[in-house]
Order: sequence, then C-alpha cells, then structure tokens
Amino acid sequence: MRHGKYPFVIGFLFVPVTLYVVFVIAPYAQAFQISMTNWRGFSAPQWVGFDNYRRLFDDDNFWKAVQHHGVLLLALPLITIAIALFFSFMLNVGGKSSGGQRQGVWGSKFYRVVFFFPQVLAVAIIAVLFQMVYRPNESGLINGVLMKLGFDPVLFLIRPNLALWSIIAVLVWQAVGFYVVLFSAGMASIPGEIYEAAEIDGASRVTLFFRVTLPLLWDTLQVAWVYLGIAAFDAFAIVSVLSVDGGGPDGATTVLAMEIYRNAFVYSKYGYASAMGVALFFLTLTFAALTLRLTKRESVEY
Amino acid sequence: MNPQTTLPPTPAALPPKNVKPGAAGKRGGGGRRSEVRFFASLGHVALAVWAVIVIVPILWTFLASFKNTTEIFSSPWTLPAELRFENYARAWTKANVGRYFLNSVIVVTFSVLGTMLFGSMAAYVLARYKFWGNRAVYYLFVSGLAFPVFLALVPLFFVVKNLGLLDTHTGLVLVYIAYSLPFTVFFLTAFFKTLPTSVAEAGMIDGCSHTRLFFQVMLPMAKPGLISVGIFNIIGQWAQYQLPLVLLSNAKEKWVLTQGIADISVNAGYEADWSGLFAALTIAILPMIIVYAIFQRQIQSGLTSGAVK
Repeated sequence: MRHGKYPFVIGFLFVPVTLYVVFVIAPYAQAFQISMTNWRGFSAPQWVGFDNYRRLFDDDNFWKAVQHHGVLLLALPLITIAIALFFSFMLNVGGKSSGGQRQGVWGSKFYRVVFFFPQVLAVAIIAVLFQMVYRPNESGLINGVLMKLGFDPVLFLIRPNLALWSIIAVLVWQAVGFYVVLFSAGMASIPGEIYEAAEIDGASRVTLFFRVTLPLLWDTLQVAWVYLGIAAFDAFAIVSVLSVDGGGPDGATTVLAMEIYRNAFVYSKYGYASAMGVALFFLTLTFAALTLRLTKRESVEY
Repeated sequence: MNPQTTLPPTPAALPPKNVKPGAAGKRGGGGRRSEVRFFASLGHVALAVWAVIVIVPILWTFLASFKNTTEIFSSPWTLPAELRFENYARAWTKANVGRYFLNSVIVVTFSVLGTMLFGSMAAYVLARYKFWGNRAVYYLFVSGLAFPVFLALVPLFFVVKNLGLLDTHTGLVLVYIAYSLPFTVFFLTAFFKTLPTSVAEAGMIDGCSHTRLFFQVMLPMAKPGLISVGIFNIIGQWAQYQLPLVLLSNAKEKWVLTQGIADISVNAGYEADWSGLFAALTIAILPMIIVYAIFQRQIQSGLTSGAVK
C-alpha cells in the first residue's frame, strides 16, 4: 500500500501501544524487580536478592494457598467438565433419533438458556448471593430448609474442611452453563452419519458417548481444561467476598491472589507480595505447559 | 439407499466389541427403545434438577428483597406479606447502590468504547499492513493473554498512583482498556484477516485515505466481530472486582457496583439490613436477566467465541 503508509500505521498504533506498555508491560516487568527488594512503600527499596522467595518457603499461608490451588485445579475442571459433558450430550443427542437425525431431549433450548445465565453475572455478585444461600442460621436458603425439617444447620463456610468445597460448588454452579454451550457447539459439528453408522453397528448410548462424542470433542475439552485451570489460579473475587474474613476460617480457603492482595494492600509488604505474584506466574506457566504436553494427542479428522 | 454403502470411514466410531453385523438387526428392536427412554428420562431429571439449582437462589433473592428482617428469619420460604418497595429505596439511596450502579455504567461505557476503538485500530493495522516490527507488536499484545493480573498488581498500583490517577474513574477506564487489549487485538486481527481485500482496494483506487477507509469501509464490514468482542468486553469489565478494589479503594463515592455490593455484604454484621442487601442484590441481578433475555444468542456466542477461536 502506497502513499503515507508509515504515518498512518504509527498514528493508529500509538495510543493502543502506549496504553498497553504503560499499564500492562511495564508493571509486569517491574514485578520481577520489586520481588527482589524489601520495599514497604515509604523509603527507597533495598535490594535483598532472593530473600523474599526464601521466606515464601517458610510461609504457612503461602503453602496453604498453593495446596488450595492444587485442589481447585483438580476438582474444578473435573466436576465442571463431567457435568457439562453429560448435560450437553443429553441436550444434543440424548433424545430419540428420527430418520437417523439425533435430537436433544425435550426443552433443550430452555435448559441451555437457563444454564448459561450465571455466566453473565459478576463473580463478586454471585459470591454475595451465595453468602445468603449458605448462611448458618434459619435465614439461609439451605439451612432454612434443613432447620425446618429438624436437622442441625450445616456450617458451610465456617467448618474448615467444608469451606473450600462450598466455594468450589459455587464456581461449578457458575461455570457449567458456559461449558454446556461450548460442548454443544462442538457436538453440533460432529456429522450425523457417524452416529448413524455406529448405531447401525449396534452401539449403545453409552458407547456412542465414549467412542464417538468424546474422541471427536477432544480439542474442545482441552480448551475447557485450560480455561478452568486458569480460573483455578484466580478465584480472588469469590474467596475474598464469600469466605470468612478473606480466605478463612484460619486460611482454610485462602488462595495466592488473596495473599498477594493482603500482603500488598493491608500489610504494605510490596516486595514480598510481588514475590508471591512471580511464584503464581510460574505456577500458571507450568500448568499451561504441562496441559499442552499431556493432552497432545492425535485429533480425529472427520 | 443401502446404509452399508453410505458409511464413511469412521475408525473412532466403531466399537470393536459390538461389531456383530448379524446382531445389529435384533438390537434395533425393543431393547434400543427402552434404553432410549431410560436415558431420556434420566437426562430429564438431571436437567430439571440443575435448572432448579440455577433458578432457585435467584428467585429466592427476589422474594427476600420484599420481606422485612423478621420474615427473612422466620419464614425464608414463604412469599412476602406485602411488596415492600421501601427496601429498594433504602438500598438505592442509603446504601449508595444507585450511585455504584451509575459509576459502573459510566466506567464500562467509556472503557468499552475505548477498548473497541483502540483495539480495532491496532488490530486493523496489524492484520492489513506490512511494516517493520508488525509481528513484534502483535506478539507483544498477545503475550498479555498469558499473564495473570495479580503478578502486576503492586507495580500497577504505583504506576496509576504516580500518574495521579488513583481513585479516579479515568485511571480505572485506562487500566480496563489496557488489560482488554490483548484479547481484543488477538480476536480482531484474526477477524480483519478474513475480510476480502477487494473492497479496500477499490476504495484506495477511488482516492480514499487510509483513515477514511478504516472508519467508513472496514469497520462496518467488521461489525459481527466487533459485536462479539464488544459483548465479551462489556460483560468482563462489568464483572471486574479486583482492579476497582485496588485502584479506587479510598474514594467510596466512585466505587463500582461489584465493589459496593461486596462491601455492604462483607461489612454487614448481625444487626445488618438484610432486606436492603437482598434488594441491592436484586438491583444488580435483574438488569442482567433482562439484557440476557433480549440478547442471549449474541451473548452466548460472544462469550464462547474466545474459546472456539
């Protein structure tokens, strides 16, 4: 392209690149640098090398957070994908087949619309909503019923070994609909003849699911796993709003983002918080690399 | 037509155990039909249960928003005795939910407009023009997709502070734009590449400037892509919680909706205004239901488009 190309290119790129470099790239670069200092915000930062990282090793809350990420990383994708796969199979090929054309069960459209809705809500709002749902007395949605029926209330967010699972349940509640829609799109692109062929050969519905749907959906599943994995490394909004005093009781639900926030903006330990940020960065990177390696598999062409 | 001749080669589709051509005819009888019925009914039950699980908490919040505190505690499962709209009035004015709502609308309006304008400008140039450094700039943007925001939280706070933009909507809007650029540029670059070149060339021959070509020819052509990524950004930025929490912490009158409602809830003790909180939640949820009901098709495709790409 001819006249005045460079002024135009530079003119169009200038604002977006500047904004991006100032607010995204520069902070990321600085994070590594700050993590090597003992900066507390007032005096000039002093270089302390890897001291912050060494302190991380002795920090109980840090290890608790890492452990919770491990639980989230396994539970959140497994539960969400299992439920979403089952539902999307039902919605797309669960019904009767007419003339070889597989159909979803009755009301598929309605279910898809309803299931997806939580995805539109902000996580912070959902967290407030579930604080009401989980409340430990008769004003809570679940305990209101349990106590009417004469049971003891379940202390969802107060019992340490129940709190993290209560939070995971909310994350699953929100995520399932999104993956139902995602998997449905994947299933819709699987040609009907393949199902027809398998059915003529006498494949049952279970076989259809495991031998046809699942292998042909592999790429979509991989995307879902990565997305949910990334979500498992975040979880800040839900933990900080829903859990008892931000990651409690006694650190039973804390996550790294929560610890970073607390160390930086409550205790003003900027250097230490940045070191945690860098640790989180490498954890995320490791997860992404591992996922890509482990799930590499011949995808089936059709 | 004989089905045997129409079978495509499907290595994955053929379960070896069940491949018994002779048995196929018999299996197609009553056994299959009852199996279908069994699965369909099992599926129906599961689907209905999940629909209830999704709907009930939201419905329950709506009902509770009209109750008073006594009703909330004594009969959480009954209808409110009367429609107490004063709960809403209290939430809207006394708890500042109206203000937070308006702040969210202002911030998201400006940041989404900015994201779309700057994102599409950068994406267009990167997709359609060959110049030195093109790939480098593209990868600079796309690399942003890989980083978690928390890594940069501390330095970001000080960047915004040093620019004098802490506790201002301007600062938040600029940060939202910057953090939305990676995905927007990534998505729209791919989209601009799919558009035909002939229209642009015709425009060039007619003496159309690069800038006019972009605004009057290319942007209208890119409308479907812009809508998808626009919806993605609106919902993402509306839901943002952590960035406003850090960047607006000392200016309560500037808070956005997520932050404001979370604050009401976190700081609510036992003598709290529960019905007001339920009303506040309803104010946050109801508009989303209405918007979703109208645009659900576009919203579903907009939010999932990133995953499909």
